[in-house]
Amino acid sequence: MIQLNAPFTEEKVRNLKLGDQVEITGIVFTGRDAVHKWLSEGNNPPVSFENGIIYHCGPVVMPQGAGAKKGWKVTAAGPTTSIREEPYQAGVIERLKVRAVIGKGGMGEKTRLACQQFGCVYLHAIGGAAQVLAEKIVKVQNVYMLEKFGSPEAIWQLEVLSFPAVVTIDAHGNSLHREIDSLSKSKFEELLKR
Amino acid sequence: MITHTMSNAKAQKQVFESLIEIIRKTSTELPGDVIRAVEKGKSAESPNSSAAYAMNIICQNIDLAKVKSQPLCQDTGTVIFYAYYPKKWDYSVVHKLIEKAVSAATKKGYLRQNSVNSLTGKNSGTNVGPGAPYVHCEAWAKDEFEFKVMLKGGGCENVGAQYSLPDGRIGAGRDLKGVRKCILDAVYQAQGKGCGPGILGVCVGGDRASGFVHSKEQFLRKLDDKNKIKELAELEEQMVKEANELGIGPMGFGGKTTLMGCKIGALDRVPASFFVSVSYMCWAYRRQGAKLDKAGKIQKWLY
Ligand code: SF4
Repeated sequence: MIQLNAPFTEEKVRNLKLGDQVEITGIVFTGRDAVHKWLSEGNNPPVSFENGIIYHCGPVVMPQGAGAKKGWKVTAAGPTTSIREEPYQAGVIERLKVRAVIGKGGMGEKTRLACQQFGCVYLHAIGGAAQVLAEKIVKVQNVYMLEKFGSPEAIWQLEVLSFPAVVTIDAHGNSLHREIDSLSKSKFEELLKR
Repeated sequence: MITHTMSNAKAQKQVFESLIEIIRKTSTELPGDVIRAVEKGKSAESPNSSAAYAMNIICQNIDLAKVKSQPLCQDTGTVIFYAYYPKKWDYSVVHKLIEKAVSAATKKGYLRQNSVNSLTGKNSGTNVGPGAPYVHCEAWAKDEFEFKVMLKGGGCENVGAQYSLPDGRIGAGRDLKGVRKCILDAVYQAQGKGCGPGILGVCVGGDRASGFVHSKEQFLRKLDDKNKIKELAELEEQMVKEANELGIGPMGFGGKTTLMGCKIGALDRVPASFFVSVSYMCWAYRRQGAKLDKAGKIQKWLY
């Protein structure tokens, strides 16, 4: 198990390799379809993503407390399918100097190349593990673009503690998704001939 | 007459309450046969592998959701109901009670607000709308109710597939050998995208609509049951074994458990068509059911 603690630097993520099991501690920003489309139109995020982590997630967040104690609590926060952001992700990684992207299901060639070129990794969270992952979110620090995009699509600034994931695209041009696809493909072709 | 209406109102209220409890249990606990399959998958993976890591977290999640009585996965999916009710009850009353229970369970947080108008993009917020929930309702001769519920996630629904045989791309002809090729192709194409290890529901035959319906109905079967049709029972076993040879593994991380089950049914077809419909169910295989007495009280869980 590798502890990936903030601050996330290019050096730290370049040290990770395919199949590494990591636990992330620090700040992550949620961002899914609306955010990625909007960022790729050239808009700047309301908070810097430099050396930051983007999490493909539409969390279920409940308001809590009142007055000065008013805040939020995340009740479910599993990853959503990442491939929908494939058209935008590479550009976002390059322009905003994002160091890691968390999601599920893997990403494609453009993202793999951007990870290699600009020093970023794709971390695969466990799809469907909403309760375990919600427990790893210790604090909602802030929310941006809530009015514009609505709750699941907003940018939530979350403090996470030992959030589990697996490196499936590293910063050296390797992709577990590509590898598994080609391994299973040759097996599949062999089975077809049987 | 008055007492009859009153007692009916009471039974309706009780059925409504029981339905909410069935939905709660479905969304927060996996049935025993599924838990056993997940555990078997976990122990098959080599220690310290990414696959074992994923299976461990899945198991922790199953325990935690049950203790907290909160949804296993935040995508509570399409709500699918199979309902059987005493003849003297009216169809529309039963259907309405299901809708009301779905809406109440959504308010309680057992279901996510998950029904979006396809034209306007607006979320009804209640999980009730055209086609939502999906309800199959039938009166029967018994003086009791039976409800079965399934929550079918979106991510795994997206990797379902339908084949029209013959299919030249994979060399699948109109026989069980061809069916086998379709199933293997569906598993290969899905990779880890459907939150595997998964379970397949397959229908051989039917038309494009009935094929998919019947493929989903396979998910109402228990994982450890045995198909009554001998050829299909054999094919089911073979498919699990061969799909696991593909090595896709949990979440597509690579590993031994790609499929935890494969259930196959068959419908008649017209001579011109031969469809194979494959539905994929994620590890969060939420299915439950209960028998209710005539007063609407839960008597027995089905899974
Ligand atoms: S596919 Fe299943 S486990 Fe994965 S996010 Fe969807 S409902 Fe949850």
